[in-house]
Amino acid sequence: MAATETRTFNPGRRMPAVRIVFSVLGLLIGGLMLLPLVWLVMRAFQADLPTVWSMLTRPRTLQMLLNTLALVVCTLALATAMALPLAWLVSRTNLRWRRLVNVLAVIPLATPGYVMAYALIGLSGNFGFMNQVFGVTIPRLEGLFGATLALSLYTFPYIYLNLRAAFAGLDQSLEEAARALGATPREVFVRVTLPHLMPALMAGWLVVGLYVIGDFGAVALMRYEVFSYAIYIQYSAAFDRIYAAWLALILIAIALSVVWWESRLREGASYARTGSGTGTQRRRVALPAAGQALGLTFVGLVVLASIGLPLAVLSFWMMRLDDLPAILPALLRAFSQSLSAAVPAAVLAAAMALPVAVLAVRYPSPLSTLINRLAFVGYAVPALAFALAFVFFSLNGARFLYQTHLLLVLVYALSFLALALGPIRSALYQVRPSLEESARSLGHGPVSVFARVTLPTIRPGVVAGMVLVFVIAMKELPIAFLLAPTGFRPLAITMFSRTSEGMLMDAAPYAAAIMVFSALFVGFVLRHDRKAGG
Amino acid sequence: MRRLRIALIALLAATPLPALADLTLYSGRGEPLIAPIISAFTAETGINVNVRYGGTAELAILLQEEGDRSPADLFWAQDAAALGAVVGLFQPLPQETLDRVPAAYRDSEGRWIATSGRGRVLAYSTERLGAEEMPATMAELTDPRFRGRIALAPTNGSFLAHVAALRVVHGDEVAREWLAGLAANQPVMVRNNTAMIQAIGDGEADLGVTNNYYLVRFHRRAADFPVNQMLFPSQGDIGNLLLVAGMGVLSGSDHSDEAVAFINFLLSDAAQQFFSGEVAEFPVTGRVIPTRVDDVSLEDVVRMAPEVDLNALGDLEGALAMVREAGLL
Repeated sequence: MAATETRTFNPGRRMPAVRIVFSVLGLLIGGLMLLPLVWLVMRAFQADLPTVWSMLTRPRTLQMLLNTLALVVCTLALATAMALPLAWLVSRTNLRWRRLVNVLAVIPLATPGYVMAYALIGLSGNFGFMNQVFGVTIPRLEGLFGATLALSLYTFPYIYLNLRAAFAGLDQSLEEAARALGATPREVFVRVTLPHLMPALMAGWLVVGLYVIGDFGAVALMRYEVFSYAIYIQYSAAFDRIYAAWLALILIAIALSVVWWESRLREGASYARTGSGTGTQRRRVALPAAGQALGLTFVGLVVLASIGLPLAVLSFWMMRLDDLPAILPALLRAFSQSLSAAVPAAVLAAAMALPVAVLAVRYPSPLSTLINRLAFVGYAVPALAFALAFVFFSLNGARFLYQTHLLLVLVYALSFLALALGPIRSALYQVRPSLEESARSLGHGPVSVFARVTLPTIRPGVVAGMVLVFVIAMKELPIAFLLAPTGFRPLAITMFSRTSEGMLMDAAPYAAAIMVFSALFVGFVLRHDRKAGG
Repeated sequence: MRRLRIALIALLAATPLPALADLTLYSGRGEPLIAPIISAFTAETGINVNVRYGGTAELAILLQEEGDRSPADLFWAQDAAALGAVVGLFQPLPQETLDRVPAAYRDSEGRWIATSGRGRVLAYSTERLGAEEMPATMAELTDPRFRGRIALAPTNGSFLAHVAALRVVHGDEVAREWLAGLAANQPVMVRNNTAMIQAIGDGEADLGVTNNYYLVRFHRRAADFPVNQMLFPSQGDIGNLLLVAGMGVLSGSDHSDEAVAFINFLLSDAAQQFFSGEVAEFPVTGRVIPTRVDDVSLEDVVRMAPEVDLNALGDLEGALAMVREAGLL
């Protein structure tokens, strides 16, 4: 009722009731995201300012910032070079085994960081596995090159998934129109396809960029000093959360300025069909035999490096374990605990991302811009600081929630909200408002339109978002350390319990389980979601 | 399909969590090493221990944030520095418990106690470091013959504790000079002790100062791993520092009697034997004969170790500042 009345007063706006509900939800989510910032500022003010000043003005700090920047740029370039061709091959060509490729392209996300880094390091050295198995010694990978390689190999799926959702939603009649107007395939790609992929590409870049800015594991093993290194030292070697708060705030400032630039570029663009008629059915490029071979070779190389390498290292470690069947029950128990946190977190994150994405795409306003930027805070704040903020606020405001399963799931969802937001937002950009409008004119209420028209259309994006959150939650550590119920022992913690004591070999089955179970789960979801499965 | 998925999710969400336990332990020590000890304790006393496993640093910071609202009864840390960081949250331990270890292995005000010892040792490549080259003291690592050959884990807690000990024993001037000399030798920077031993095995570095129990894990995996370890041959050299893992009882604990019982159990002969045998650490009660035959034995470590009061190693910030000043961080 209220909706109809409001519409009468504001004939230019659509679905105001939905807008109000979503704005409230968005503000709630934004408010939760502000908590960690409030906490960090609170802790930062406990610091002694001259000490902060001398810490921040070291020449090394500037060097670390420059290194961070270089690493972000290089990683984005390499990851895109892997993701874009993969997404095109899977979405737009008749490549053989493309359903399998679609799953394989997501699995690298499940690789625990330490495994990838040891895999790359294990390639070199005279006691590395390359030398032990094949008798080959190659120079050690390190520095910017090594860190770029390691990070790209397990972050490219973020870009891949965003791109694939965009390819799936792209109206091919646009490309056909361009072709009909005489553009060459290359021109079509550069002037029609690429601009339409830009929101997805930028969403992917944003997530990978933020990941790289915050990553510590891979850069430390590759001996490349970036800004997150300074934060790690402060927490880990000095057991300090006060000066670390300053460093974390700087990191967040960098991250949010990146978010700001991304949204500046994204806003004001329109990518949906506006004309009448329907979009054409998707047609696939029929690859000639040589194209098939070339495509599969490319896929093979990427898969070999991103999945084959870590699996080889894990198998190498596991071959020397004699009682593998004995730990299977423990493995399954840990897996079910991992699932019990990762699955609800993925669903909740997607549910939270929906209103935020709808606000950004359908109701752009200063408020929706603010909410959309706040949505990235969870991903930009170092995980340990993020968890500590919720320790503080739940102990002081909601004691009954502290170290409960519910709080763990909520914090996971907030922390990884940005991951779900990207694909969902890109998918929404490609939904024609006219479709929703005609549903309205056929007498459907706003909720019904959202549930029966919008949601099914953006389903590939929602599924992609959930998969991203699921896979990262499976291997997450600092939040689980602090906020999981005591005694909760998912795969990631079980794995860490072994690596922290230098027992890499004993950790291997758990690391492998994270990869294999994530793979099976992702395969299951993508398989049963025909739209997402391409 | 959707219904199946929802059912699956509901089923998983209903996965029972462990029953409420009598004791809550925050453990920076890994599950595979301590789970057997904990089961033995429960079997013997009937007291359940619910363990939160995590990184020592993360848990120490968590305890700082929780303050007196912490649900934890006990904190088990990998190093004394982490215990020092939260010492204000501990309650004093009973004297008879404290008396089970030498004074150097516990807090001077009796708020935490060591549970096992680990020696700092020199790990070296058996392929590239000849007997004639071996450094006799840790100070000698600044010699130009080791340029580019030393592996160093500058963020490692044991390394920082070692720098703190160097300052306490020999003064700031010596510590600063040693760090500067080390930096001048352009060490190969590694992330942690495991990575250090890997780097020496891989031929990236030839030697490094580390904790005694890491190499054992490599040798269990591959007996021919080309790294060995030794103590610096000069008695009382700062390089042969003895560090500890330890534990304290939180002042907010409602179960301090049970918590102390747990500590007493860890200091029992059986538990100490477990640490020295399975975990390749050293007993701290001085009562157990280690069962492991290793290149570095407890007798050697105790005989060769410098006398350093672990309580004096609390100034981690100072050590960190000095390491930064030397350009190693």
